[in-house]
Amino acid sequence: MKSNKNGLLIDYEYCTGCFACTVACCQEHGWEAPLSGIKVMEIVQDLPKDKAYLTFLPFPTELCVLCAKRTIKGLDPTCVKHCMANCLSYGNLRELAKELEKKPRMVLWSPR
Amino acid sequence: MGKSKTNIVKTTTWSAGPGCHGGCGVLAHIKDNKLIKIEGDPDHPWNQGRLCARALAMTQYIDHHDRLKSPLKRVGKRGEDQFEEISWDEAFDIIEEKMKTIRDDFGPESMIFSMGTGRDIGPWICMLAYAYGSPNVMFALSGNACYSPRIAALDTVQGDYCVFDAAQWLPGRYDHPEYKVPECMIIWGYNIAATCPDNLFGHWIIDLMKKGTKIITIDPRLSFFASRSKHWLQIRPGTDAALALGFLHVIIKEELYDQNFLETFTDAPRLVRNDTGKLLRESDVVKEGSRENFVVFDNPKKAIIIWNTQKQEYSISDSNPAFTGTFEIQLLNGNTIACTTVWDKFKKNCAFYTPQKVEEITLVLAPDIEKAARFYAKAKPASIHWGVPIDMTPEITPLCHAIAALWALTGNLDVPGGNVFTRSAFNAVAYALPGAEGVIKLKDQAQDKTRIGKDEYGPFNKFIWRCQTDKVIEQIFSEKPYPVKGLWMQTCNPLSGIGLDPKLWQKALEKLDFIVGVDLFMTPSLRYADIILSAATFLEKDGVRSWWVPLQTINKALTVDGCRPDVEINFELSKRFDPDFKWETIHDLFDEILEPSGMNFEKLSKKGWALPPENHASRPYFRHEKGLLRSDGKPGFTTPSGKFELYATLREDWGLEAMPYFKEPPFTPISRPDLFKDYPLILGTGRRSPAFFHSEHRNIPWLRTLDPDPVVEIHPETARKNKISNGEWVIVENWMGKARFKAKVTKIVPPWMVMAAHGWWFPEEKDDPLFHTFESNINMLIPMNEQGKDGLGTPMKHLLCRIKKEVLGVKNNEI
Repeated sequence: MKSNKNGLLIDYEYCTGCFACTVACCQEHGWEAPLSGIKVMEIVQDLPKDKAYLTFLPFPTELCVLCAKRTIKGLDPTCVKHCMANCLSYGNLRELAKELEKKPRMVLWSPR
Repeated sequence: MGKSKTNIVKTTTWSAGPGCHGGCGVLAHIKDNKLIKIEGDPDHPWNQGRLCARALAMTQYIDHHDRLKSPLKRVGKRGEDQFEEISWDEAFDIIEEKMKTIRDDFGPESMIFSMGTGRDIGPWICMLAYAYGSPNVMFALSGNACYSPRIAALDTVQGDYCVFDAAQWLPGRYDHPEYKVPECMIIWGYNIAATCPDNLFGHWIIDLMKKGTKIITIDPRLSFFASRSKHWLQIRPGTDAALALGFLHVIIKEELYDQNFLETFTDAPRLVRNDTGKLLRESDVVKEGSRENFVVFDNPKKAIIIWNTQKQEYSISDSNPAFTGTFEIQLLNGNTIACTTVWDKFKKNCAFYTPQKVEEITLVLAPDIEKAARFYAKAKPASIHWGVPIDMTPEITPLCHAIAALWALTGNLDVPGGNVFTRSAFNAVAYALPGAEGVIKLKDQAQDKTRIGKDEYGPFNKFIWRCQTDKVIEQIFSEKPYPVKGLWMQTCNPLSGIGLDPKLWQKALEKLDFIVGVDLFMTPSLRYADIILSAATFLEKDGVRSWWVPLQTINKALTVDGCRPDVEINFELSKRFDPDFKWETIHDLFDEILEPSGMNFEKLSKKGWALPPENHASRPYFRHEKGLLRSDGKPGFTTPSGKFELYATLREDWGLEAMPYFKEPPFTPISRPDLFKDYPLILGTGRRSPAFFHSEHRNIPWLRTLDPDPVVEIHPETARKNKISNGEWVIVENWMGKARFKAKVTKIVPPWMVMAAHGWWFPEEKDDPLFHTFESNINMLIPMNEQGKDGLGTPMKHLLCRIKKEVLGVKNNEI
C-alpha cells in the first residue's frame, strides 16, 4: 500500500554542522532568530577507553512544514537544496525507509 | 502602479557579504531593487546548488539598519563616535588633498594600504596603492600568516602552488573520465565548518568521502574529520614539521617512495659540499662556470657532470648520475673536498625523526605515525589538504617543505586525485600574487625599493609583493628608515580581528596623521579613521574572480543608496592620483584581466564561468612531464634548478636552512618551561565558526544566534580542576593580557589545551565607541613580531595561558 506521506531522511554521518539548513529555512519562511524550522545539534558521544565521537544532527523543529510551497512546485525543501554536505533527502517516507537499509547512521523524520 | 517582476540575477559570491574566499554560483532574486531571496545555482560546477549560512543570510545583511550608507568625516577625537555625513565628492576631495600632501611631503611610501583577509579587495587595493605610488600594500596579520607563506614556500621548492584535486578543473567534475577519487586524503589542520578555505570549497572533501576517500586527520581537536578518520593523529600544536619529517622517515626507510619521480624530477643527485654544507656549483669546479649550474657525479664514468640549468640538461647525453655516495671533488683552487648527494643529505636529515623521536615531540604515538605514513604512501592516488594553521607558526617554510616532499616523493604531484598545480584559470591574473604577475602591478622596480621588509626577508623579494606587517607596525613607532604617515584601511578591522596585540595597533592608529577606512559597517577600527567610505556587497557590483578555477564574473544585481563597490572607490581615486592611469572604466580593466581567456567581461558574464581547455598550463595533469609549467616548454618545474628541490636553492641564497627541520616554537611547554609553570595550558585560537567570517557577521541576527557568545573550549577534566562549569564566564590570561570567554566544557579539546574563538567584538553594545573590542579579544594574549627567519608565520596556534572563573562584579571594560 502506498502512503503519500513525505518526510526527511537525515544522513547524520556526513552532517558537518554548517547550519546552511537553519539559515536557509529562516530565509525561506521569514523566521526571526532564534526561530527556525530546522536546528543542528552538536553531540559529543562518549565512547569506551575515554574516547569521544563528534556528531551533528540536523533536527526539524515544530515549525517545519517541509516547505509545502516549494514541494508543490516540484522543488526540494530549501534545507535539502542548500545542505552543503548533501546529507538531507526529501521524499516519500516508504521510499526513504528503503534507503535506511543501504547505509548506516541515518534517521528518518516525519512531520507533525 | 504595475505589478513588479522578480528578476533572477546569476552571480558569484566573493568578498563583502558572506566574506569568504568563495566562488559559489548564486541566483539572486531581485524585486524593485531589493534582494528578496538568494539561492545556490544548481548549474554551477563549484557548489552545485549548495550554499552556506553566511550567503543565505544576505537579505539580513544588505538592508541592515546599521549599514554605512554615506561617507563620514571624523569630527571628534580618534576612537570616539563623533562623525558627520559628507557627500562622496567631498570625501574624495579631502582624501585626494590629504594623501597628495603626504606624498609631496614624505613620499608615497609613507602611505600604507591595508587589507584584511584578501578576497576581492586584493587587486583593487594594489591598483590604488600603485597608482598613488606606494609599494606598501599590507595584509594586516602578523607574519603575513595566511596563505601567502604557504604559496611562497611551495614556489620556493616546487615552483608552483598546488591544492587537492576534486576535479574542479574538469567539466562534469567527479564523473570526468580523467579524474580519480583519492584513496586517501590527509586533512592537516583544517576543520570543515568554515567551508571555503584557500579558494576551495570545503565540502568537496565530503563529496570525496562519500565516494570512498579515507581520511587521515592531523588536528589537536576532535573535529568532524577526526571523528571520521581511518587515522586521527592528535598532535601537540606547533610540532607539525616533526610529524611530516616522521612520515618522511617511515616512507624513506620502508622505500615507499616513487623512484621514478625521485630520479627524474627531483634534485636528488646534485652534490652538496661537506665543508660548507652548500651546493656544489659549476663555478666551484669549472673555470668561468656558472653559479646557476649544478654538479652531479656520474658513477660509471667516475667523473662529475654539469646540470645546465638554462638548457635543462646534463653536459653529456648518456649521463648516469649517482643518487647516493660520497665523492672526492677537486675544486678550481686545487683543493679536494668531499661531497654527498642531496638525496643522501635529505635521507640523513629525515633519519633523525624516528617514530619514537617524533612521538616524544608531537605526542602522537609512534605506531600511529607509522600506520598513517604507510597508508598515505601506499594509497594511489592520495592528496593532502592543509589549513591555515600551517601558516601560523614561525618556521612555516621548513614545515611546508617537508609536506611538499611527501606529495612529491609519493608520486602524487599533478596526478588525478592528488595534489595538483594551481594557477589562475587561463593565466588570467588580476594582480601580483606570490609567484604570479598580474595586470595590476607596480609601474617599475624603482617604485618597489621602499617596500617595508623587502630587503630583510628573501621571500618578500622573490614571491611576496606585500610589506611585512610586523615591520610596518615597528616602523610606525620608530619612523626609521622613513616615517609612516597615513593608512588606507579597507575591509580591515585590526582592533577586533586581524591585529595581534590590538592595544599596540590602537597606539599605531593614534599616531598616524591620516586614516581612511572603507567598510560596510562601523567597526572599532573605523573609529580611528578620518574619513570613512561606505562600501558595497558582492551583489552590488561588477567584478571578476580569477582565483584558480573557474574564471568567473561577479554581476551587479542591485544597488544600495549611498554605498559604492570597493573597485569603483579605488578606481576613482586611482584616476585622481595617477595622471597616466591606464584604464577609462572598470570594465576596461576587467577586460584586460580576462584577455588571456579570449573573452571580455560581457562575454564571460553571459557565460557565467569558464574552465581552461585541455593542454592549457592552467589545467592539470602531468604538466611537469608535458613541459607545460616552464616558459621554455621543457619538462620540469619553475624552480632555480628546474627540479622539485629537496634542497632549496633559494633558501641557501637567503642564508637559511635549505632542508626541512623542526624547531620548537617560541612559547610552548618545552621552549618556555618558566612560563609554563604559571600558564599550564596550551592556548589555541582561531577555530572557525560557520556563522562568522573572522570579525564579521556578529550583527546578523540569523548568524549570531548560531554562535552567540565568544567561547573557549575546555576539556571536562580541566574545567573541573579549575572549578569551571559549562556556560560560565571565564578569564583566559597570560603574560600579554587577558580576555573573557564563555566556557564550553567539551571533549572536543584535549585536557592540556583550550581553544578560544577569535574576532569578537559586540556591534550591539553601542555604549562604547569601540564596541568592547578589547573585552573578549583573544589577540590580547598574542604578541606581534614573532615571525620566522624569512619574515613569515606567527605563533598564534600554540601559546600558553591559564583560565579562571570570572569574579562577579568586575565590569567588562575594566578587564
